[in-house]
Amino acid sequence: MRRYITRQLLQLVVVVFGISVLAFAILHVLGDPVLLLLPQNAGKEEFERYRHLLGLDRPLYVQYWKFVSRAVLGDFGKSWYADTPAFALVIERMPPTIYLTFAGLVVALLISLPLGILAALKRHSWLDTLCTAVAVAGQAAPLFWLGIMMIIVFSVRLRLLPASGYGTWQNFLMPAFCLGAALAPITMRLVRSGVIEVLNMEFIKTARAKGLAEPTVVIKHAFRNVCIPVVTVLGLQFGQLLGGAIITETVFAWPGVATLTVEAIRNQDFPVVQCAVILLALLIVAVNLVVDVIVGLIDPRIHAA
Amino acid sequence: MATTAPTKVELAGLGEARVEMPGGGQATLRRLLRLRWGLGAAGILLLIVAAAALAPWIAPHDPLAVNIRHRLAPPAWMDGGSAENVLGTDQVGRDLLSRMIYGGRVSLVAGVVAVLMSATIGVLLGLGAGYFSGRIDWTIMTLVNVMLTFPFVLLALAVIAVLGPSLVNMIIVLGVAGWPIYARTVRAETLAIREREFVLAGRALGMSHLRIVFRQIVPNLVSVIVVIATLQVAQVIVLESFLSFLGLGIQPPTPAWGNMLGEGRVYMLNSWWIATFPGLAIFLTTLVINLMGNALRDWLDPHLKL
Repeated sequence: MRRYITRQLLQLVVVVFGISVLAFAILHVLGDPVLLLLPQNAGKEEFERYRHLLGLDRPLYVQYWKFVSRAVLGDFGKSWYADTPAFALVIERMPPTIYLTFAGLVVALLISLPLGILAALKRHSWLDTLCTAVAVAGQAAPLFWLGIMMIIVFSVRLRLLPASGYGTWQNFLMPAFCLGAALAPITMRLVRSGVIEVLNMEFIKTARAKGLAEPTVVIKHAFRNVCIPVVTVLGLQFGQLLGGAIITETVFAWPGVATLTVEAIRNQDFPVVQCAVILLALLIVAVNLVVDVIVGLIDPRIHAA
Repeated sequence: MATTAPTKVELAGLGEARVEMPGGGQATLRRLLRLRWGLGAAGILLLIVAAAALAPWIAPHDPLAVNIRHRLAPPAWMDGGSAENVLGTDQVGRDLLSRMIYGGRVSLVAGVVAVLMSATIGVLLGLGAGYFSGRIDWTIMTLVNVMLTFPFVLLALAVIAVLGPSLVNMIIVLGVAGWPIYARTVRAETLAIREREFVLAGRALGMSHLRIVFRQIVPNLVSVIVVIATLQVAQVIVLESFLSFLGLGIQPPTPAWGNMLGEGRVYMLNSWWIATFPGLAIFLTTLVINLMGNALRDWLDPHLKL
């Protein structure tokens, strides 16, 4: 187990390094911060002065080192727009994003677990066919459109739920359902195929042969084994889930990191963009690591490999 | 074996051990059925593509013609709607149907071009990683891991922020960022094919690496690549629409499904149709591409795990 975690941690370091290079390169190689910072009619000397002031006339690796050594301490520079540290701005917006992601995950599981198991148990029935059809359609529906349709139906027409905002449980319903609905199809299909696979295994036949009741077989013997692929996939999907949360946030004006990032992009506020990108990526990496470890704990076969 | 029902279809999602059952009745039937769905989907897709390609001839109005007096007109079947604008008009009185027909052009072109770009990059890197292995493999796969950790949306947003929003920049971003999925699959397949006898024979005959890779390995990968690329077109169209929806992709007044949806969102309180129909177009296109991709996978290679 220890070797397994060490190896994962090592890989994590490499991935984090890669992400920092990527985030640095996006601003410093693709674009020129000074060009973005100064008004277009600024003189040539002005540009040079700023370039020197910000240390942009030094070699890239020096700049990168400076960027990273500060970033490690949580210093991503001040926001060019709001005159507060970028890190503080992003951290402040982190909780809503995490709550939304978590709520979306819960909704996805509430939809996909029962439906996936039922579809697997009643294979080739009308329920199974219906679930598959809905899943195929659900995978194709663009998340942001789904969100807008929900707002039109539930906020504008029926006046049941608030279209945007944050704080009460009513505010949570639509965004969470929207995000959950996006993740549910793939999870449901995985649960379904997982359950089918497990039900065909020898130990299930043994359990049935022993004369155990069908619910006991399904819940105690099959379900636990289905958890392994489901947890793995949910972990790997976390990046996608967070990506979905970003889309959901912009639709419902949710005060999370994504809304902040889009605002920052509109204002060309790069320290904030950089900081948000890196922190979100770190979050994903951390979750992936935790999932790896959990899966390793549930299924000892995995790190034997 | 005789007692278990054909399990090929179900196992395709997860199983490590896949059971090959030639002529297994029910599974074949299901495959044929899915193939029919795929053909139907391909037909609809063809219609969408034709509509986009022939837009100047079939669109009832100029997509950019502003008509303030008929602004926010509802679809024909609603009160106040007219047959003149079947799907209604937007906030400055432009015909929604015409804009949707034209909007498909941008979305489809962006999707296909971006996918061609990312497929080229991904296949080349995947071949390199799988064929040469060792340090090259490690470097490329680390890069793949970094890219896959990053949510695609976030990366696209960050790059667009620096490059500025435009159609070309967006296609570049989507094209450059989409390669890891090809690289990963191609690498895995290459690793397996590399060990086959015919590659060994090629080596023994003194074939160069390049010749082995492109004459012996690549032909065996075509079906995998085609299937991924098809499914990716749908993904890219959705992403393109999202970027345009945020105002970071295709810029108005050029009609694109995404920016129409974005504009319609402002008016959703009274005029639901402006946001609804472009979204339906994205939904339908994505759906038929996915159906086609799945059928293609079953047809070309039923064992493919994607």
